[in-house]
Amino acid sequence: MPDVTIPLEKAWQASAAKANEEYRRQRITIDPVTRLEGHGNIQVFLDDAGEVDRAYFQVPELRGFEKFVQGRPVEDMPQITSRICGVCPMAHHMAATKALDAVYHVVPPEAARKLRELVYCAFMVEDHSLHFFYLGGPDFVVGPDAPPARRNILGVIAAVGSERAKEVIRIRRQLRELMTLVAGKAIHPVFGLPGGVAKRFTPEMQSQFQAAAEGAVVFATSTLRLFEETVLGRRDYLDLITSDDYTHRTFYMGLVDGANRVNFYDGQIRLVTPQAKEWKKFAAEDYASVIAEHVEPWTYAKFCYLKPLGWKGFVDGDDTSVFSVAPLARLNAADGMATPLADIEYRRFFDVLGGKPVHHTLANHWARLIEILYAAERMRELAGDNTLLDPEYRVLPTAIPTEGVGVVEAPRGTLIHHYHTDEHGIVQRANLIVATQNNAARIAMSVDKAAKGLIHRGEVPEGVLNRIEMAFRAYDPCDSCATHALPGTMPIRITVRSREGHPLASLTSGPDGNIASSRPL
Amino acid sequence: MGEKPKIAFYWCASCGGCEEAVVDLAEEVLDVVAAADIVFWPVALDYKRHDLEQMQDGSILVTFLNGAIRTSEQDDMAHLLRQKSRYLVAFGSCSQMGGVPGLANLFTRDSILQQVYLDGPTTENSDHVLPGGPSTDANGNLTLPAFSGRVHALDQVVEVDYYVPGCPPLRRIITRAVATLLGDHPPKEGTVLAPDQALCTECPRMESKPDKIALKQFRRPHEIVIDEAQCLLAQGLLCLGPSTRAGCEAACIKGNMPCTGCCGAPGQVRDQGAKALSAIASLIDSQDEAEIVQILDTIPDPAGTFYRYSVPAALLHARRGV
Amino acid sequence: MLNAANFDKESHAVPETAEPRIVGFFCTWCTYLAADLAGTSRIKYQPNVRVVRVMCSGRIDPQFVLDAFAHGADGVLIGGCHPGDCHYQQGNYNCLRRALLLSRLLRQMGIEEERFRVEWISAAEGERVREVIDDMVAKLRKLGPLQMNRRLAPEISSAQEPACEEVTV
Repeated sequence: MPDVTIPLEKAWQASAAKANEEYRRQRITIDPVTRLEGHGNIQVFLDDAGEVDRAYFQVPELRGFEKFVQGRPVEDMPQITSRICGVCPMAHHMAATKALDAVYHVVPPEAARKLRELVYCAFMVEDHSLHFFYLGGPDFVVGPDAPPARRNILGVIAAVGSERAKEVIRIRRQLRELMTLVAGKAIHPVFGLPGGVAKRFTPEMQSQFQAAAEGAVVFATSTLRLFEETVLGRRDYLDLITSDDYTHRTFYMGLVDGANRVNFYDGQIRLVTPQAKEWKKFAAEDYASVIAEHVEPWTYAKFCYLKPLGWKGFVDGDDTSVFSVAPLARLNAADGMATPLADIEYRRFFDVLGGKPVHHTLANHWARLIEILYAAERMRELAGDNTLLDPEYRVLPTAIPTEGVGVVEAPRGTLIHHYHTDEHGIVQRANLIVATQNNAARIAMSVDKAAKGLIHRGEVPEGVLNRIEMAFRAYDPCDSCATHALPGTMPIRITVRSREGHPLASLTSGPDGNIASSRPL
Repeated sequence: MGEKPKIAFYWCASCGGCEEAVVDLAEEVLDVVAAADIVFWPVALDYKRHDLEQMQDGSILVTFLNGAIRTSEQDDMAHLLRQKSRYLVAFGSCSQMGGVPGLANLFTRDSILQQVYLDGPTTENSDHVLPGGPSTDANGNLTLPAFSGRVHALDQVVEVDYYVPGCPPLRRIITRAVATLLGDHPPKEGTVLAPDQALCTECPRMESKPDKIALKQFRRPHEIVIDEAQCLLAQGLLCLGPSTRAGCEAACIKGNMPCTGCCGAPGQVRDQGAKALSAIASLIDSQDEAEIVQILDTIPDPAGTFYRYSVPAALLHARRGV
Repeated sequence: MLNAANFDKESHAVPETAEPRIVGFFCTWCTYLAADLAGTSRIKYQPNVRVVRVMCSGRIDPQFVLDAFAHGADGVLIGGCHPGDCHYQQGNYNCLRRALLLSRLLRQMGIEEERFRVEWISAAEGERVREVIDDMVAKLRKLGPLQMNRRLAPEISSAQEPACEEVTV
């Protein structure tokens, strides 16, 4: 018998360590090939006279959700598609859930329907508040010409006082906790099922929602007053909002209820012309005969346009086939708001800005606040409705699944999910019209127009960066590209090039908020 | 009197949920801000790369990086941040395991491009334009990086010191992780900063979990009215609690839906999906091959169910040919 | 080094005539003894199987199977006792349930059915060992190499080899 030269335990550990080594993940290196310029990239080409020939907004990434959901059980879609966006996951979750109702040919009971809308309104309040206070609003509350280091939530806190700022944080936290209570998680909720929701709504939950709704109405009203004081009261801001640089004449789209009032959760899709005349009103199932997507080689994002009119290019005005979504568009596409206080503000909005339609992109910020008020009032209405407490909160599907479309108004615009399944409910094909795609053509035009209006004779002043960003931020694009995040830095780089493509200047925001421009030698 | 430690947040191929999770910390974040100097947060840093390059190697104490790696630029930034950081932390499922976008590894790049730009019912593309090719603007000066298709976890491109799990990591996981890292006794490198136990141990329904679960069929969530008190596995749902790490306090189960595995596997497990598969298979109440096959028909999508967040980190990290 | 040009190319080129490599997990009480018997009986069969001896087919973790494929195996064979004959009563049923679900996963990952096989072979069935292995090798030759171990770039090994002293018993 050979000698055991070391203790068995040590040998055992050594073998285990070796086995674990074998299991170490493969390391893969990827050679840097092309240098990307961030989550969003604007390229501006000048002509020989130093004027802007064309500006392009590029989305440099593709994930492929429409492909990789093939083969997945369709009931997994609300949780899979919410990962399209971690800022508005509730929107995707809800559109997907409604699509499931359609796929399974099942109608959820009233309790479920109302609960979904209630939670959705809570989401709209907190998401719109996030945008106004943290993202787009600082442009106005602090001022578009303020130093970048202050044009963010910290600057807002300085401008509006810490009490109000604390209120924003408090209310967002409260609403997100309520979403967690009902939907499991605020980021990537779990409660959507075909035919209803996953769990029962209780009287305790109801009283919490009622309390929160009251607070939300107060908050929304005072935010509108704040906007009035800091923005509407100033001539220079009003001039900025109504300036031609930030104006585009397109069609407008949004969901409306039976009386043509804005509704975030359900209704028919309404389209109005650039002259605010109703052009089409249709159910979600018919979306494919109205909306088409155009592809350009220089960006991974597709551009939505009106199919019956054909793609006419990046043009607005009388000959346009471009449409727009999100708060401004929703107000334009509707005839009013369904709740009393919000409706008063709605009328005021159009009075001040010269009647319908309003084509000024920056007016989105104001429209957004009116929507917060509507969402809060609607939340109050729904929270008081005892149907929510009904024991029937699910209907089990019995029909064979086939195909279905679900639509909601995401904070950033109309959102459509369309799934085909086999008879076992396994996804065969999926089509997603993501809210920001509906605005993509208009955003491209806004960037182009802003660049053309601001860059002359080859000069690229630093103020250009912010002015272009402002055009962009007003749409509140829901992707990692353009959100104006703490502490005020901006992940977009703008590169200005000669006609031959030589870079002349590039502008980016630094981590301390200062703008850096660089010119190659 | 020392300087405050520097920390950084960065994002790669991310949905933004991890950023939101940090914002959601609300008041707690201010404690972190008081204790540390936040150098970059929560934003893409691909512009002032120069500033980062100028920093001393290892001068950032901790960088929290979320999102998967799918482009050469993200790989580049991951390497640079690795160099400049003492500790690099993979934050969230995508950086830890590839995440939901990792499901793209089940499809070839070409089939993805085909679906998105050619086959969709609303896509009008008679010229068969595919972005990412060589032709862009009229002058040929505009480029778009090629779509690689393959998704990687962070530790597949650089050494990672710690992992903060979840999709997104929930409040308690984040605050505990940050406190641990800024504390006096940082754990062993490679640690996942959440309890090394299965989720069942912190599930409120644990009491109702029978010692032996034996099922004649599995259920999809829309097929039954889900009882709000009973163990979800016992009800036949594909709850991955037994093969998923604890830390989230069973958030999804409290929402009355099964765990889908976003926190990854507990320690000593190399491939979460394989263990989840094993756990579920062990519940099948049959010894007869034909009957077992029938029961398995009630699990319609093993790959998507067991590997929802972890395809890139799996032993088989992509479908054959991808 | 990898770059965009060769991103999708193979990094190992395997000749067409390469022999299939099979990893065989054989339970010690039945299949392993049968393989032994085949050996002592001078039964000739294809030499393509690397045998890993386990106490019971129920010991086989799906990670082992996936790991084998990930490291370049063209096929994996599990050999266990006939239903009802397991030395540990239930072990082979555990194996069966897992294996049936695992094979569905493998198909979703593009791995053909013939590459993963479970056989019940008792200690006396030396001939059966030959039959199964010859059959599997023939099928895998037709299918060609699997190459799930295709790497995109050289593996980075950043840890040192753990200290490991030789133990002889």
